Amino acid sequence: MLKIVNLQARIEEKEILKGINLEIKPGEVHAIMGPNGSGKSTLASVLAGREDYEVTGGSVNFLGKDLLELSPEDRAKEGLFLAFQYPVEIPGVSTTNFIKTAVNEKRKYQGLEPLDAAQFLKIMKEKMKLVEIDQSLLSRSLNEGFSGGEKKRNEIFQMAMLEPKLAILDETDSGLDIDALRIVANGVNQLRSKDKAFLVVTHYQRLLDYIVPDFVHVLYNGRIVRSGTKELALELEEKGYDFIKAEVEKELA
Amino acid sequence: MMDATINIKEAFEKTEGVAENLAAFRNENWKVFSGLGLPALKHEEWRYTKIKNLFNNGMVIDTEGSAVDKNFVNQFILPGVASANSIIFVNGRFRNDLSTISSSKDILVVKSLEEASGDEDAAFVSLHLGHSQKYHADGINALNAAFAAGGVYIKVNKGKAVGQPIIIYSISDSSDGFRLSLPRILVNVEEAAQVEIIQTYINHGGGQSLTNEVTEICVARDAIMHYIKLQNEGPKSSHTGTTHIRQLGKSLTHAVTITLDGEIVRNNLNMVMEAEYCESNMYGLYLIKGNTLADNHTIVDNMVPNCLSNELYKGIMDESATGVFNGKIFVRQDAQKTNAYQSNKNILLGNKSSANTKPQLEIFADDVKCSHGCTIGKLDKDALFYLKARGISAENAQALLLHAFAIDILNQIKNKEIRTYVESLISERLSFSI
Repeated sequence: MLKIVNLQARIEEKEILKGINLEIKPGEVHAIMGPNGSGKSTLASVLAGREDYEVTGGSVNFLGKDLLELSPEDRAKEGLFLAFQYPVEIPGVSTTNFIKTAVNEKRKYQGLEPLDAAQFLKIMKEKMKLVEIDQSLLSRSLNEGFSGGEKKRNEIFQMAMLEPKLAILDETDSGLDIDALRIVANGVNQLRSKDKAFLVVTHYQRLLDYIVPDFVHVLYNGRIVRSGTKELALELEEKGYDFIKAEVEKELA
Repeated sequence: MMDATINIKEAFEKTEGVAENLAAFRNENWKVFSGLGLPALKHEEWRYTKIKNLFNNGMVIDTEGSAVDKNFVNQFILPGVASANSIIFVNGRFRNDLSTISSSKDILVVKSLEEASGDEDAAFVSLHLGHSQKYHADGINALNAAFAAGGVYIKVNKGKAVGQPIIIYSISDSSDGFRLSLPRILVNVEEAAQVEIIQTYINHGGGQSLTNEVTEICVARDAIMHYIKLQNEGPKSSHTGTTHIRQLGKSLTHAVTITLDGEIVRNNLNMVMEAEYCESNMYGLYLIKGNTLADNHTIVDNMVPNCLSNELYKGIMDESATGVFNGKIFVRQDAQKTNAYQSNKNILLGNKSSANTKPQLEIFADDVKCSHGCTIGKLDKDALFYLKARGISAENAQALLLHAFAIDILNQIKNKEIRTYVESLISERLSFSI
């Protein structure tokens, strides 16, 4: 589904990704862990097409297409979704209108008729249950005055509405209390299926208790330095990132 | 007298002797106009708005009433408001024969200004006509005043609420050359009356036009006056207009100015608060492109204590458009406990677009709350990316954000039909599509 080969990227003059290799197959859940500043969020942003980053080398193939050639909006329409670490507040745009626009643009791209108001409402009500989100929240301006938990639930709700093939969750657990974390993870787990894949970016192992990954990768200094199964996450939790740093430095020496 | 106004002089001389009651007023103002001439760029109030350059000796002025009928007028009636009171100006002259007054005479009185200057309303006219000159002592205002005999007088009777809005259409026919229209409007909102006044402008014929208008509105005690100015003429249509509102008793006024098109558009909006506990609200949206210049000059004059004013103007400039905002707030020495708030926000879309904004507060009382703020910026990059990352096209993402920016001004249009109409104009302009 997704094949990243030797991906390098920088922001302004600073090299952040220094050769990422990663392959994700349908149905898989991959977790990317790593200390602060290792390039986790950069990877998520580059995949979604944020223009602040310049890709300086490597390739990304998504469902047979050159992902890096696509605009952010076309990446989304092709089935990529980024749940933002910091969802943007947009006063004046109601969440409902925003999602309806997004859903119908995607349908148009796929050659489908736009949903009418009744069809849209029906689907929306189903998906609202998934993330235990309230109607009143959705008629408000997008993310404006939402609590941290409400913003993250709104991200997962949008994901449910847009039905992506690959969802990237960028530190979705940050700023969440344990109840909100459980709700968000529940939503994600209900969306798991054999043809969908997830890339979960997180600093802490905590989230992976709820969203159990098939593979765990450790990102350090712009490279994936370890890959393994969920046990790797537990080892990290126990020993901390310093032990990875020390090992990597030793190998380089 | 400069060459560019020779034809204006001819037109003025042609109307000599037509008006009896207003003869002194027109002659006096012609003298003022002749003395001051047109404001040049060195005039501080006109430094961004090159109005003088528009004038030329090919301008056409209507001195006796153009030969058009109701069918001609009907094509310009706004959607959804067919049963409103329609007051028609053609080429700057009030046309009683083409106007439709649906409200009864005991509620609403509409007649020519010349007539009102000679009947039971004469005292009111002589007291209030021309008051705006105290704030705009320039040739533009005086030029309009010299032709005031072609204007209209509107009175909302004491204690009455006009159920239907009053919509004043200023139609300029530019098919015979550069049309100069000089509409004059005097409104008397009596005690405890309620009214909604909408002004809109049409340039018909495909040529150039300049509408130089003065609207003076007096609002008495306990009255409520809603006002909307809607400008969406073509890129060859210019406008210099003053809306001068006097709050003579404790009252509520609410004004919304929407500018969507034009060549040079200058709007003066004055709120003169002459009684305690008045409230004034002033909202404006200028959404412009091409080479349009939209210049909004506002004045809030707090003459007495305990008044409240709110002001919010928003601008979106695309292509080579220019926005100008100047907001004056005067707080006189006696006007303690004044609350006055002002804000102007601009978004520049075009590489050649620009915005000039100037808050100008002159406060002579020491116990007041006044605030002002202005911003000029571009659309938020993070917000655009967020929308695009959900599959929304760049064009629609921009349109959504601009619509969101404009919505708090649109929501201030209380008349539902007019709001729906303006929203449709704006959606079309932003070319929002799925």
